[in-house]
Amino acid sequence: MHFYANPARFLGIARWLTLPLLIAGLALVSAALAWGLLVVPPDRLMGETVRILFVHVPAAWLGMGGWMTIAIASLVELVWRHPLAAIAARAAAVPGATFAAICLATGSIWGRPTWGTWWVWDGRLTSMLVLLFLYLGYIALAGAIARDGASSRILAIYGLVGAINVPIINRSVVWWNSLHQPPSITLGRSAIDGVFLAPLLVATLGFSLLFGGVVLARMRALLADAQAEARMRRRAAAPAREWG
Amino acid sequence: MRVAATLLRRDLATLLPGRQGGTLLPLLFFLAVAMLYPFAVGPDPQLLARTGGGVIWVAALLAAILPLDRLLASDFQSGFFDQWAMRGIAEELVVAIRLLAHWLSFGPPLMLAALPAAALLGLDGRTLAIVELGLLAGTPGLAAIGIIIAALTLGLRSAGMALAGLLLIPLAVPLLVFGAGALSTGGTSGVALCGAISLVLVALAPFAGGAAIRAARES
Repeated sequence: MHFYANPARFLGIARWLTLPLLIAGLALVSAALAWGLLVVPPDRLMGETVRILFVHVPAAWLGMGGWMTIAIASLVELVWRHPLAAIAARAAAVPGATFAAICLATGSIWGRPTWGTWWVWDGRLTSMLVLLFLYLGYIALAGAIARDGASSRILAIYGLVGAINVPIINRSVVWWNSLHQPPSITLGRSAIDGVFLAPLLVATLGFSLLFGGVVLARMRALLADAQAEARMRRRAAAPAREWG
Repeated sequence: MRVAATLLRRDLATLLPGRQGGTLLPLLFFLAVAMLYPFAVGPDPQLLARTGGGVIWVAALLAAILPLDRLLASDFQSGFFDQWAMRGIAEELVVAIRLLAHWLSFGPPLMLAALPAAALLGLDGRTLAIVELGLLAGTPGLAAIGIIIAALTLGLRSAGMALAGLLLIPLAVPLLVFGAGALSTGGTSGVALCGAISLVLVALAPFAGGAAIRAARES
């Protein structure tokens, strides 16, 4: 794992991986969306609105997957003091929050014709909303830490505390009140017809590749930022060293 | 053990309302919120009695944000934690004692303040009992989240109370769901689950808080 602790080595790989990931992700997503919009037949119960599924479900998974990325990277940072893990956790926050927001927005648009309302205080909707607020808190904390030059380990601790709380929040609001259909796809079993499942999986793969590409691009930007700052500091310190 | 007793006595002296800087202001704020609610929704007794328990919970949650900026910050700046670390006392112990003192200065007074608040909102005896039981089960968890957030924002000069509130509220949702949820189900299962979540948070707080103090020292 520490082979990639060297930013130069990591950048060597990230540099040529970012663009292919983004392009492949974009291609898969467009293909899956075209498939979902044009080829797939309307659902017997939901009608045409079923097509939003191909954005909604991948966004929900990646919204949760984003916090899992943060949690794993935070753990790696706290335990092994891995310098890139801190950057990976910070880089995953904004894309994760974006997917959570997309999930909420598409779910709301889908709920208007299907349930007859933009928003219901249903357990699974609410837990995604709370997750979005966790992301926003995380991003705000990251901003304050960057401004004050504080240790990124603080952010990692919040990431882990949040990760411990995510399942508790999820369970509590699901028990509290639930209208959303139960999960249709669990490991090893699917209640969704193959006609919908195939484009859904392609869309999920595409969105995941996009997520990976964006995280890599953001990691490179954060590293470049740190490098630029270090160079400025060296340059500011240089004349002082000459004289003294 | 003697160290723990000394720490607890000192923390209580600074946190309990009195000459040394402890304050009743969060409780007054709590009562002010309970007073504000009838002005917003109207004085209909039935509506107030039905929703009042939840309002008390929301007010308690908001009041939990207020003491956070003075909970650890002044001791961090004065080197209090460094002194204990030099003596080989783990930050985890110092934070655990601080958590106990914080709860003692926050939980029971809040339960007392809930009595006049319940009268203002016209809660009946049974609802009041569930609210008080829920607060007894939930305030340790609220105090634990509070001490974690206070430790995390220690080294951040640019972070205000707004950030502390934004960090605290999502984490406090499960406590609110079960604590206030016990009101509508009327059973004790909500209170029990609220207590269970509290215990998880109380177990987590010393480690998260201790690690956060060490991380704040690094910067």
